[in-house]
Amino acid sequence: MNLSLKDFYQGFRDPQTIKALALQIEQAAQQLDATPETPLKIMEVCGGHTHTIMKYGLGQILPNNIEFIHGPGCPVCIMPKERIDHAIVLAKMDNTILLTLGDMIRVPGSKSSLAKTRAAGADIRALYTPLDAIKIAQENPDKQVIFFAIGFETTTPMTAAVIKQAIALKLNNLFFHINHVLVPPAVVAIMQDDRCQIDALIGPSHVSVVSGAKIYLPLAEQFQVPIVVSGFEPVDVMQSILKIIQQVVAKKHQVEIQYSRAVSLEGNITAQQLIATYLEPRSHFRWRGLGDIPLSGLGLKAAYTALDAEKVFADQLSNEPIDDHKLCICGDILRGLAKPKDCKVFGRGCDPTRPLGSCMVSSEGACHAYYKYAEVALPSSSQSVDGS
Amino acid sequence: MCLSIPSIITQIDVDNIATVDSMGVRRQVSLDLMDQAVTIGDYVLIHVGFAMTKLDEADALASLELYQQIIDEMDAELAEASSAESTLENEQGG
Repeated sequence: MNLSLKDFYQGFRDPQTIKALALQIEQAAQQLDATPETPLKIMEVCGGHTHTIMKYGLGQILPNNIEFIHGPGCPVCIMPKERIDHAIVLAKMDNTILLTLGDMIRVPGSKSSLAKTRAAGADIRALYTPLDAIKIAQENPDKQVIFFAIGFETTTPMTAAVIKQAIALKLNNLFFHINHVLVPPAVVAIMQDDRCQIDALIGPSHVSVVSGAKIYLPLAEQFQVPIVVSGFEPVDVMQSILKIIQQVVAKKHQVEIQYSRAVSLEGNITAQQLIATYLEPRSHFRWRGLGDIPLSGLGLKAAYTALDAEKVFADQLSNEPIDDHKLCICGDILRGLAKPKDCKVFGRGCDPTRPLGSCMVSSEGACHAYYKYAEVALPSSSQSVDGS
Repeated sequence: MCLSIPSIITQIDVDNIATVDSMGVRRQVSLDLMDQAVTIGDYVLIHVGFAMTKLDEADALASLELYQQIIDEMDAELAEASSAESTLENEQGG
């Protein structure tokens, strides 16, 4: 039998399969030591998984001795305000076109957002693909074109591919402001926190397509937790939870690949080599909500300083840290110490149109997902999101 | 942000570009990041204009077959439970 394209979607969203896996999870979870008071805490690292869990209400069909901790894996959410301010300052320069991916446009910096700056007249464009940066730079030889690059390991090789083309074409008007971040250092920062009690991890889908599941081997060893690399569909997530429970019951802490139709242990070597050619880890990178994390972000190598917007326009840019509102508890939410509904400003002063903190910024952030899927996520006994 | 779209390659174009169909949406994607050769009919994952990996059809098929087995087991268990229940009811009734 051959598959059709439809099977890659529907096969992994099938309600009967979700139900059958829920039954298996329920049976397996009876063998856990975890109780509703001290549940097994599973952190889904990636915002895409948070979105799936909320959208399909997976938390509601799991036994009550299992709890999700919503991790830091949303590259837009973790961007500190001072770097969003960079994008705005750069976009306001004369004779400049600022390019970025769509997710970034609405996110507020300290005073404004790219959307508002665009409305005020700046030339800011959301790209479908980073490759369009080449075309825009070629079509506008008299302007400086700056690509504000964002994303985890998933999106990094695409930026590297564009850098390669820009160099090959000898474009001298295309610059790169690199904000690519890495999953493992952020997970280490969370797991090392003494207050954190995460028992297992659901590993990201497409970060792992690029980097390979090998990047989690040191984490499983260091923190003695099972890590299951999962696809983004609800069936994938349910099967991954079952695999995690089976490991916990068997007292194992291995890296397993549930998403084996796309992920290998080694990952995409071509993509990894392309990244390593042009980019290298920064000594540290500040994450919104989590603070400074060593070796967690990438920057252009010194050989490519002439393309590096942070260096070329350094006199315009401030690196003074700008923190979130003091009532915001996103840092605790990202560490699994609090849930969105524990926050005093959730839905009352902080909502997707006026986000105060990182988790409300994009639909992959925990607060945004809770807000959007409130009826699924919050049982009727809980407060409504508008505080009424 | 990290979402990728399963697609099928419908045409190999020039300059390492391919045309793909993503559930009815046709688009051109770069093959610059592919570390495996691709041909028409291959399934690939697309992310921001690039194909990032082939999807393993045999692996996906094996998963779907496993899921069918799990559903069948659930149905059998539920049928058994309901027949046990009706037997119990009959016994109680008799």
